[in-house]
Amino acid sequence: MSHSSMWDSISGIIRRDLLLAMRRWSDAAMSVFFLVIVVSLFPLGVGPEPAVLRTIAPGVLWVAALLTCLLSLSRVFTPDYLDGVLEQMVLVPQPLSLLVLGKVLAHWVISGLPVVLLSPLLGLQFGLEGEALGVLVLSLLLGTPTLSMIGAIGAALVLGVRGSGLLVALLVLPLYVPVLIFGAGAVTSSMAGIGGEANLSLLGACLVLSLFLAPWATAAALRIALE
Amino acid sequence: MIWSKYSAPQAFYPLAGRLIPWFAAVAVILMVVGLYMGFFVAPTDFQQGESYRIIFVHVPAAWMSMFLYVVMAIWAGVGMGLNARLSFMMAQAIAPTGAMFTFLALLTGAMWGKPTWGAWWVWDARLTSELILLFQYAGVMLLRTSIDDVRRADRSSAVFALVGVVNVPIIYYSVQWWNTLHQGASVSMATGSKMAATMLMAMLIMTIAFWMYSIAVILARVRCVMVERESLPTWDEKPAAMPEAVEAR
Amino acid sequence: MLQAVGLSCRRGERRLFSDLNVKVERGKLLAVVGENGSGKTSLLRIFSSLLPPEDGSVRWEGQDIHQLKELYSGHLMYLGHLNGIKDDLTAVENLMSSMALAGEPCSERGAKEALEAIGLKRLVHRLPSKVLSQGQKRRVALARLWLSTRPLWLLDEPFTSLDTASTAVVTQRLHAHLQREGLVVVVTHQEIALPAERLQQLRLAG
Repeated sequence: MSHSSMWDSISGIIRRDLLLAMRRWSDAAMSVFFLVIVVSLFPLGVGPEPAVLRTIAPGVLWVAALLTCLLSLSRVFTPDYLDGVLEQMVLVPQPLSLLVLGKVLAHWVISGLPVVLLSPLLGLQFGLEGEALGVLVLSLLLGTPTLSMIGAIGAALVLGVRGSGLLVALLVLPLYVPVLIFGAGAVTSSMAGIGGEANLSLLGACLVLSLFLAPWATAAALRIALE
Repeated sequence: MIWSKYSAPQAFYPLAGRLIPWFAAVAVILMVVGLYMGFFVAPTDFQQGESYRIIFVHVPAAWMSMFLYVVMAIWAGVGMGLNARLSFMMAQAIAPTGAMFTFLALLTGAMWGKPTWGAWWVWDARLTSELILLFQYAGVMLLRTSIDDVRRADRSSAVFALVGVVNVPIIYYSVQWWNTLHQGASVSMATGSKMAATMLMAMLIMTIAFWMYSIAVILARVRCVMVERESLPTWDEKPAAMPEAVEAR
Repeated sequence: MLQAVGLSCRRGERRLFSDLNVKVERGKLLAVVGENGSGKTSLLRIFSSLLPPEDGSVRWEGQDIHQLKELYSGHLMYLGHLNGIKDDLTAVENLMSSMALAGEPCSERGAKEALEAIGLKRLVHRLPSKVLSQGQKRRVALARLWLSTRPLWLLDEPFTSLDTASTAVVTQRLHAHLQREGLVVVVTHQEIALPAERLQQLRLAG
């Protein structure tokens, strides 16, 4: 198939998903509020000691970002599955994995990008400053697309399955571990003065790997779900 | 394709039935010999005393847990590639045994950790990866049980098993990375100390025993899975519905 | 030409049909009829390549559709029993995004003309689809028939919740497609008012 119709299909998907997100802006707003609330709970639970908060900040912010992504996963494919758009998507004369890439990109713009943009503010709440704050934003910028990519596999696997909300968490969270380690590790090591470059480049490697493998696995899972 | 659809399960079932007692017997004998060697013959470690002896269970169990995950993923991949039902059944049968060994590795790791580190649980790189491996086994099994349609259950859990097999080495590497960063429990289980020949022997025997045990249990479970699935009479089924001839109106 | 060779299908524990052979020539409409649960929709999904058959194969112009993969999708327009439209988008937006997704992008003008052809008035075009009735939603989905250039149409119960006037309009559209050497496979409970030489019927026993 020609490149132009391939681009038509992918950009069609991205545009529709973004348009839908604008019509249903409350969904995206909920993710953002969820993130802020979860992050705010930690000082209340741990205590307001600035040194302690600064130590736990990278972990807390990253775990919160991870949970926010997890909660928004049900919105990637489920609506399309229920209203029949997914069937149309599978029957598009283009490789399904490329269309999946478009869906995931749209999902990241809606639920990952707000996390990245909000993170410096949340970092300040925990007393992060200067370089650490920058590394936090950078780590989330590299890491959250990977979370969306991996999450899409889980979201596709549990389509139409009973108890899918909990199941998707169980499937996806173990797969998130490396991203969490490298992401939080980047901020921690930058705070410790060793610089976050090594962790950041590992995050980049995870992103590249997931870009190659995740759409393919997701496409396989979608086909299985639609049989 | 014929072998995978019809002849294999029929031929495999009695063959597996005949093999199981042999593997089970060898497993029991080797386990007795291996445990005796490990617990009574192998010399006491001059650093860790007697408590180190749990590694004769721990290390083989940890090996088996990872090895079985890979084997499960291979069967899942073969099933996806060839659309072979027996492969999916093998993958289904391996998961519980793999999870059991993972749990055993965690349990013995904790038992070893208490006298050595003074804590039941330490976020050691190996223990942490084993824990995540256990989650992945749980994911494979729970995904399967949540899906009613057997065909979809087979294929979905196969996709997850295959994704997981990419994840396992990354997790292992990342956890080690994380561990050195945090300067945590740096005591590693496989200490570089020279192992006495009897120690190595005992560990090897235990590993083979666990292999034999796994084969016996997995074959038995595959037979159960077959009975479960094939009780729906497909071998001699007559077509339930025959469409009438196409006719023009 | 669309051809099914020795198709068998099983859903869960039930065998729906086995060794089914059928051939649809260009310019013909195959109406798949039968009781509920007789496997009509499954057959249509097998034709669309969404569902792999348990046994047998589907051939498009002599080639197995599982080898053709995406190439086959380029000859195909499938409309399932789900409409594939988004509640939050308007009729025009839905139609345009469906066509763009299918790789046959249409202009806003084209979309409006198609909606009018199927009897949806201009007033309705700008409303979010969630306020439309079932029949109106079905018509938004069916408006793709006026825009698609694909030769093979697979339609699952296209006439559900349509009134008599719309049914007639859709039937006319199907007739026009057949006259242009198109092929149609329809799952339906209703009689289709087409000339007998265009029609072919397949009855699945329950």
